Amino acid sequence: MNIIVCVKQVPDTLEVNINKETNTLIREGVDSVINPFDLYAVEEGLRLKEQYGGMVTVLSMGPPQVVDTLRQALSLGADNAVLLSDIGFAGADTLATSYTLARAVEKIGHFDLVICGRQAVDGDTAHVGPSLAERLDIPHISCVIRIHEVTEEYMVTVRMTEEGTEKVKLSLPGLITVSKGINEPRFPTLKGKIKAEKTEIELWSAQDINADENKIGLKGSPTRVVKMTTPHHERQGQFLEGSTQQQVTDLVSKLSQAEIL
Amino acid sequence: MGIRVIEEKCKGCKLCVALCPFGAITVTEKLARIDISRCNLCGACVEACEKFTAIELIRENVQTVDKSKYRGVWVFAEQKGKRIADVTLELLGKGRKLADKLGEPLCAMLLGDQLGKLARQLICFGADKVYLAQSPQLAVFIEDSFAEVITGLIKEHKPNIVLLGSTAIGRSLAPRVASRLETGLTADCTGLEIDPETKDLLQTRPAFGGNLMATIICPDHRPQMASVRPKVFKMAQRDELRMGRIIKYDYKQHTLIQRAQLLAVVKDSAKTAGIAEAEIVVAGGLGLGDAGNFEIIEDLAQALRGGVGASRGAVDAGWAPYAHQVGQTGKTVRPKLYIACGISGAIQHLVGMQSSEVIVAINKDPKAPIFNVADYCIVGDVLEVVQALTEEIKKVRAEDKGPVISDSKQESVLVLSS
Repeated sequence: MNIIVCVKQVPDTLEVNINKETNTLIREGVDSVINPFDLYAVEEGLRLKEQYGGMVTVLSMGPPQVVDTLRQALSLGADNAVLLSDIGFAGADTLATSYTLARAVEKIGHFDLVICGRQAVDGDTAHVGPSLAERLDIPHISCVIRIHEVTEEYMVTVRMTEEGTEKVKLSLPGLITVSKGINEPRFPTLKGKIKAEKTEIELWSAQDINADENKIGLKGSPTRVVKMTTPHHERQGQFLEGSTQQQVTDLVSKLSQAEIL
Repeated sequence: MGIRVIEEKCKGCKLCVALCPFGAITVTEKLARIDISRCNLCGACVEACEKFTAIELIRENVQTVDKSKYRGVWVFAEQKGKRIADVTLELLGKGRKLADKLGEPLCAMLLGDQLGKLARQLICFGADKVYLAQSPQLAVFIEDSFAEVITGLIKEHKPNIVLLGSTAIGRSLAPRVASRLETGLTADCTGLEIDPETKDLLQTRPAFGGNLMATIICPDHRPQMASVRPKVFKMAQRDELRMGRIIKYDYKQHTLIQRAQLLAVVKDSAKTAGIAEAEIVVAGGLGLGDAGNFEIIEDLAQALRGGVGASRGAVDAGWAPYAHQVGQTGKTVRPKLYIACGISGAIQHLVGMQSSEVIVAINKDPKAPIFNVADYCIVGDVLEVVQALTEEIKKVRAEDKGPVISDSKQESVLVLSS
């Protein structure tokens, strides 16, 4: 089973802080990490490979420093890594990103399954997986939390919904986006790290994937950010006083007055 | 295509440095420099430099569509088990306002099998036209067939705006449709307005884990597509006498391929279901001490007829299933009332609940960050407080001798099944 896993490098949001004076994001010294959901995608790819054979290729798009993220995936056990890096890719929204990734997947060639994380924690759109499937003209299942059965023609997956879960059969080749809960990602081994250092990461430009320049980067992106503002979530918190019973009675009466209860 | 700092205009004020979400700008010798390898061309710095207009984003002209040919605000009507999703009624409420502002019709797309009077209901809730596609092949949601029918409808009728709910279905379907149409899609909007000058749809959504709000437009492509978070907009009012047209859509012109198949549906138990849609959420964290104590969260949630949430810590400890996790790697909730019990309030948790209407925090540490986003704060032993609160709620409920919450969701269930 040949698997392509798409990963994204994101800012380590653990360290996101707001400058209270200017109400802006403090980004100085913020590290970059692999998108947390993509770790589950890499792990699931490796587990399927261990069970059914084949190769795992990790694919990413971003500036040159994203090789660090790809090396991390290699150290876990991925076989190959491809980085799409070109100034022409900058400013891509999810439509342009999915086009670019699709061109790369087509260049990589034969695959049975594409795995993406459910969403990236910086953009939070959950668009790229389904869009990529559409571009590749393959079916997809979002938010997969279990894989039951795998054959050459199909796999049976369990996806999350608002009400619970659904068991869905997916024809292969296909794409799944995976969520937390599908597995416990492994840690890299020393051997893995050494191997990752030795593995050459392929760097592909827009030309390498024969990309239509009108469909990549800013030019290929229909959406445009016109304004960024800082929301004001801080509230005038009121500390309730007295004994536990007094505080609880006070709270319930306040909530009732506010017609919340 | 690119970005540049106009050297003679730059004063080195560093406003852009603070606002760049990618940390791509540095100021040296009173001049801003943009590290192009980090820059994502998002334009936040252009906005930041309003005063000096020293940063320029250069765009080449893209081929634009003839916008005058695109008319109407369309809503994808989501239904499961022949019940229209609440978010659809919310979209009809907001869609009506947008349509009236544009002077265009509000239409709904309804797909399924043997849907009876559901199409009529959409008219009662504000739709002028309902495009109805019915087939046994559309009885359950499958991305392939739904995307095919919806794309066909949109290509034929050219709506200006298409709105979907940010639900499991909407989030899986919308990107496929947008890609097929090669148009823009904005995810998880919490605000939709019409720009008074350009008539473009201004789509506002949380970005960077809710630390920023981004307003996004789709100026040169049509339709403008957006998915919208449930519980953000008010539901449309039902008007039995409203008139409208139901147009049966001939899906047969499409070959409905289905490369996925629904085998089984497993519903969560009613007691703990659906925190994303619950009006009240009671959430527990590591401050509860152990798994056994998590039951008091369920008791309080039950007394309030709310849903049960959990912090990542509590989920990772195995006290609650992942489906209940609130926060960055879990669900985003926006209930009327959120009660955080024994949750210290890491930023990843806060981004999943800080836009709740009223927040109550119960924690033993008066310095816990959760208190910074709370309206009512109780410092004390979480077990003692939660149990006392449950008793108090039960007492008040008993005195009122009836339902205390005006449960609009229940009402709409009754109306819809009549």
